[in-house]
Amino acid sequence: MAEVKEINKKNSQLKSFFIKNIVTIIFIVITIIGILLSELSFTFIVNELINRISRNSFLVLSLIIPILAGIGLNFGIVVGAMAGQTAIIMVTYWGITGLKGFILSLIFAFPFAVLFGYLTGKLFNKTKGQEMIAGLIVGFFANGIYQFVFLYLVGTIIPMKNTVMIKPDGVGLRNTISLCGGDYPDGIKYALDGIFRLNLFYFMIIGSSLVMIYAVYKILKNRNKKYIPVKSSGTYITYIIIALVFIAVSIGVLVSGSSLAMLKVPVITLAVIAVLCLFNVLIMKTKIGQDFRTVGLSQSIAKVSGINVDRTRLIATIISTVLAAWGQIIFLQNIGTMNTYGNHMQVGMFAIAAILIGGASVTKANVRHALIGTALFHSVFIVSPTAGKTLFGDAQIGEFFRAFVVYGVIGISLGLHAWKKRAVSRL
Amino acid sequence: MNNGYVLQMKDISKEYYGNKVLKGVNLNVKAGEIHCLVGENGAGKSTLMNILFGMDVIHSTGGYEGEILFNEKITEIKSPKKAMELGIGMVHQEFMLIPEFTITENIKLNREITKDNVISKILGDRLRTIDSKRMNDDARSALDRLDMNIDEWVRIVGLPVGHMQFVEIAREIDKTKVKLMVFDEPTAVLTESEADNLLKSMKKLASSGIAILFITHRLDEVISISDNVTILRDGELVKTLVTSESSVGEIAELMVGRKVDILNKEEKNKKQVKREVILELKDFSVHMPGEEVKNINLKIENGEIFGIGGLAGQGKVGIANGIMGLYPSNGELYLKGNKLKLNDTNNSLENGLAFVSEDRREVGLILDSSIELNIIFTALNIQNKFLKKYLFFTLQNSKKIKKHTDEMIKKLDIRCTSSKQNVGKLSGGNQQKVCIARALTQDPDILFVSEPTRGIDIGAKKLVLDLLVELNKELGMTIVMTSSELTELRKISDRIAIISEGKVAGILKPGDSDKKFGLMMSGTKIKELQEEVI
Repeated sequence: MAEVKEINKKNSQLKSFFIKNIVTIIFIVITIIGILLSELSFTFIVNELINRISRNSFLVLSLIIPILAGIGLNFGIVVGAMAGQTAIIMVTYWGITGLKGFILSLIFAFPFAVLFGYLTGKLFNKTKGQEMIAGLIVGFFANGIYQFVFLYLVGTIIPMKNTVMIKPDGVGLRNTISLCGGDYPDGIKYALDGIFRLNLFYFMIIGSSLVMIYAVYKILKNRNKKYIPVKSSGTYITYIIIALVFIAVSIGVLVSGSSLAMLKVPVITLAVIAVLCLFNVLIMKTKIGQDFRTVGLSQSIAKVSGINVDRTRLIATIISTVLAAWGQIIFLQNIGTMNTYGNHMQVGMFAIAAILIGGASVTKANVRHALIGTALFHSVFIVSPTAGKTLFGDAQIGEFFRAFVVYGVIGISLGLHAWKKRAVSRL
Repeated sequence: MNNGYVLQMKDISKEYYGNKVLKGVNLNVKAGEIHCLVGENGAGKSTLMNILFGMDVIHSTGGYEGEILFNEKITEIKSPKKAMELGIGMVHQEFMLIPEFTITENIKLNREITKDNVISKILGDRLRTIDSKRMNDDARSALDRLDMNIDEWVRIVGLPVGHMQFVEIAREIDKTKVKLMVFDEPTAVLTESEADNLLKSMKKLASSGIAILFITHRLDEVISISDNVTILRDGELVKTLVTSESSVGEIAELMVGRKVDILNKEEKNKKQVKREVILELKDFSVHMPGEEVKNINLKIENGEIFGIGGLAGQGKVGIANGIMGLYPSNGELYLKGNKLKLNDTNNSLENGLAFVSEDRREVGLILDSSIELNIIFTALNIQNKFLKKYLFFTLQNSKKIKKHTDEMIKKLDIRCTSSKQNVGKLSGGNQQKVCIARALTQDPDILFVSEPTRGIDIGAKKLVLDLLVELNKELGMTIVMTSSELTELRKISDRIAIISEGKVAGILKPGDSDKKFGLMMSGTKIKELQEEVI
């Protein structure tokens, strides 16, 4: 009897695990099918994935704090992206290139992003409960102003004279701006990525070794302490085993000399992303982080206990907007050309779709959701055109699938969230 | 001038828009004393507490008159924060707890202990790291003072209600130098044994020198625990008694007692013929948040005015809402002997039940549409009245609507510029009349009226009540009226059911004594009651 009970318990645990992670699981399945259908080489997929993860993670991570502070999915990061692009335009116009240009654009973007974030946050405080739609509309509205400034004011009121960036008639910026690096640089391309690239498998060996050292340290620490540790030693032993497998695979690939062995990772970019992850975790352990959580869980209780709710939400929005501005700069230094009037448009949609695929919801998000989501979302992106071609004989269908994925995921997740909330209130 | 009083409130008066809700109330609480504050709903208890806590509602509506002495010093409490700083703690009736947080996090809400880190030294205090170890220690010692042996790192989610209450109290006593604690009906949501534990803890706290102000409507608790009791009624101080020299009966009488002129008593007696039962409730429960109804049995007779009374939150409002299917219910309902389908508003309406909701502005009316539409829309939707067929289209018959509405406006004396006026612009009393007109348009067999006089002025109150009596007498309509105001129930009802803790405490005649009503409302068991009355 006891065994049966045990199995039942396991079954129900498994079931609740499936229900909780349904979106993520569906996308893992889609990704695997897509990879099989696309007939792309594994090397190509991995290379693209490294590129896209290092390019997009920062933007996705900028969404976490507003979610925890109860603002929900911050569609307003589009405004942050505009701040980032404004800074890049300034830097490129003045001809400051490379790492210097990159750091300067981070600095220039900061005041713009703080201002935009402040205004967005003010609006969010006035539209409590409708932050998502408000953020979406703010994006559209700000886009109008952005176009007005760079399409009309540049060359007329703003004195800019630069034959390469300005349209031939002297008014307004061109549609695309080159940020190329290299021997004759005119931009910030690869300013961050290019600092230090390391072979993927060396990177994996070093990373796995660090994880192993950390796990061993934790196991020793657990042994000394009396109270119950957060994670058991068994978990850490699993970590060590996984790390060993990674090292073995890496050495295997390096020895075999396959094309995979040529892959490289932008170590500094990943380090920056790691720092942001750490920031997201650590800020939650501070007073203001506790305030974010309190406000996020119940505004009325936060108010009664003396927390300035509006101010806390404002700070969360500003942090998110600033991070989005920097994220957009990291994104563009990797792409290398800036689509002046297009790059910022989809930022909010894509980042939000990614974090939702990773398992986040309107009220719950963490670093893991952001990273897993980015990886899965971009895997689907990489494989869908070719998968569409093999399946339907037309790459365009794959393109449709991309758009379908983005909007579909957002719609389904919001629907599921509302459904869950109602199911709970009915109990 | 050391008289040992922690709190003295002297001659406190408060007006809301010309409506006097507190008239010269005095309240004195000594250190280490348990002082009870009792009174019906609307007696002014919450207003008095709002003043004590410096709530926004008080200051945004012109402040109060009188003075407050805290620790024998005249103090002006301008904000809840100031009240907290003085050492006034409050245990709220609805919990101010965040379920997803641990007990420690809830106890230390916005009073987290923090420590320095590198970044906070540069960027300010809000980035200081939270010191969970010291927080846990503090929470532990607060819980120990209450003899709670629950672990401080457990999440609130899933804890029994009684434990949550203790976490609230632990939070208050963790605030250092708490001198006065207010308990606002803390036992209302607790089971009997939980309530006993709570009372024990309160005694323990009091013996450690903290003054306790205990708001409750359970009079047996008042007797068993308090040193003194202050009774409020209609915003006035009735009396402050030494509990040991008083009795449940006396307090109940003082709480309710007011001159009630029972309307046409002889006529009522004349009607004492046995009438048939029109609506029967069997094991009827309603899950209305805050107004739960638990397995009640009631028989409502044809042609009577049946009153449902009781204190707020006891379930009286839930009954009519449940019968109309607005909140999920279970049990059995028999209308004229036929079983009525539950949880189906449409069906209830079709079977000749009409409802005037207690929530006039949200449920009862469509505020930005005309009086006409408001009066006819239920009849139009349910009974297809006021419709006209033009070939394939069914349209509203505007002539007929206008005629009917004008009749209603005349009959009920609705003061308006025209039948096209938006109801949102009408006064509360006239809005209520529109609600009643809508119910009448359905030609109902039974009319449910909830809180018909809430938020309307005295003159309009009388008109509404007279109207109900008239409908009952002339059309023979059965009326079930739910009201918090005992006076008006006793004025017009034939029988009054008092609801306490979701159950029928008893059915009384309007002429029964104040004492009986007061005791029943405060949930005293009927057996004890009979002894008291005899």
